[in-house]
Amino acid sequence: MHRFANPARFMRLSAAILPWTAALSVVLLGLGIYLALFVAPPDYQQGEAVRIMYVHVPAAWLASFVYALVALTSAIALIWRHPLADIAAQSAAPLGAGFTLLCLVTGSLWGARMWGTWWVWDARLTSVLVLFFLYLGYIALVNAFDEPGRGARAGAILALVGVVNLPIIKFSVDWWNTLHQPASVFRLGGPTIAAAMLWPLLIMALGYTLLFATLLMVRMRTALLAAKLRALRLAEVEREAASLMPQQTALS
Amino acid sequence: MSAFRRLVLRDLRLAFRQGGDAAMVVGFFVLTIVLFPFGVGPEPALLARIAAGILWVTALLAALLSLERLFQADWEDGSLEALALMPLPLEAQVLAKCLAHWLVTGLPLTVVAPLLGLLLHLDAAGYPVLVLSLLLGTPSLSLIGAIGAGLSLGARRGGVLLSLLVLPLYIPILIFGVAAVEASIGGFAARPHLLLLGAFLAGALPLAPLAAAAALRQALE
Amino acid sequence: MTSAVMTYLAMGGYAAYVWPAYGVTLLVLGGLTLWCVGAYRRRQRELERQQRESGR
Repeated sequence: MHRFANPARFMRLSAAILPWTAALSVVLLGLGIYLALFVAPPDYQQGEAVRIMYVHVPAAWLASFVYALVALTSAIALIWRHPLADIAAQSAAPLGAGFTLLCLVTGSLWGARMWGTWWVWDARLTSVLVLFFLYLGYIALVNAFDEPGRGARAGAILALVGVVNLPIIKFSVDWWNTLHQPASVFRLGGPTIAAAMLWPLLIMALGYTLLFATLLMVRMRTALLAAKLRALRLAEVEREAASLMPQQTALS
Repeated sequence: MSAFRRLVLRDLRLAFRQGGDAAMVVGFFVLTIVLFPFGVGPEPALLARIAAGILWVTALLAALLSLERLFQADWEDGSLEALALMPLPLEAQVLAKCLAHWLVTGLPLTVVAPLLGLLLHLDAAGYPVLVLSLLLGTPSLSLIGAIGAGLSLGARRGGVLLSLLVLPLYIPILIFGVAAVEASIGGFAARPHLLLLGAFLAGALPLAPLAAAAALRQALE
Repeated sequence: MTSAVMTYLAMGGYAAYVWPAYGVTLLVLGGLTLWCVGAYRRRQRELERQQRESGR
């Protein structure tokens, strides 16, 4: 654990990995969109509208996955006080909020066609909306304190409290009668979705995930650069303060 | 146990000395409810249809109103640090504070709600379940609110932040509270909804003090 | 030829839903990328300037 908690090591490691994940995510997203739009067959019920699935479902997976990651890194930050864990959680949260928003908007477009309405207040949609608000609350809380350490710790506790929402999202389609269709990929007894649709979906999901990993590393590097910048500026202020008061330093 | 009781009594005394938190909360509840007939029109059928939802949403906002001050005064005058050093675990103290908060908000709201139901032409079948659902639901509001109050201690714009943190977590309570009342009016069983409210309370009772105490500890660090 | 393209673009009558979904996806993913990379470049420039000034 501690080997990865070293910021300098992270900067070296991420600089080596970043170009690969970035390039691979671009290739996979390009290939995925090509397969989704040109190769995948239309659904026998939903027709061409099923193509929305390839951008909607990966966004939904990422929305939950990123929240789980925020909660996990928050727990690590609270228990072992790793500075990198805090940075990882705070860097991941806005990305997760972005995927959640994407999930809601594309889902709304899909629902508008298939259900004839842009929004229904069923359990799945409501719990994902709550997830979006949890992301926003986390981001607001982290930035609400003058002392950054306070915000990080408070945010970490909130992230852990919000974990109760994840099983609700996952099982909402099984527990309640909803318009939203049940899981067709991650289920006991194997996927119910046709292979010609499954492959483009999995490629898109991998592309989304790698894009997230790339952006997460970029944001973590940004946060580390900012920390370095703060330290440099602080050192300069102290040096100037010392040069302004030569007598006092001579006396002491 | 006696330390727990002393803490509850202390908070109740403070609440009443500071000019009646309960009166303020109930006043807000009544006034906001009275606004609705002007806003949506006075037709009894329409009001009866939305009465359960209005009562629950307004009760929720009224409970939120006094949450900001749950730990604020103790934090500002430093007595929170003294409380943290007491032999009684911080979790139990949070529970005591939630109980005191519920006694001056949730309980009065539950008592007043049926009277306001009359103003909104709530169906006669709904009253017992309305009271029962509020009795089961409002303690959860205080408990979950304590987490938000602890987390937003000392934050900039703490009040707005608190509602942003807490309101999403209140949604399930609102859903099942309203569903219980509507079910009883429509002639369906309210029991499953009430049981879910109870389950929510049973979960919040141990977990919320745990999280709120953790929030207080990090605020004191 | 053009009619084949037109039928494809019509998405079996669902064009008004499918294309906005892909548009929003590109917008959100592209926007996130630009935002992250932009912030990174900005920090990098600030840090270089600060290091020059500190080294002076």
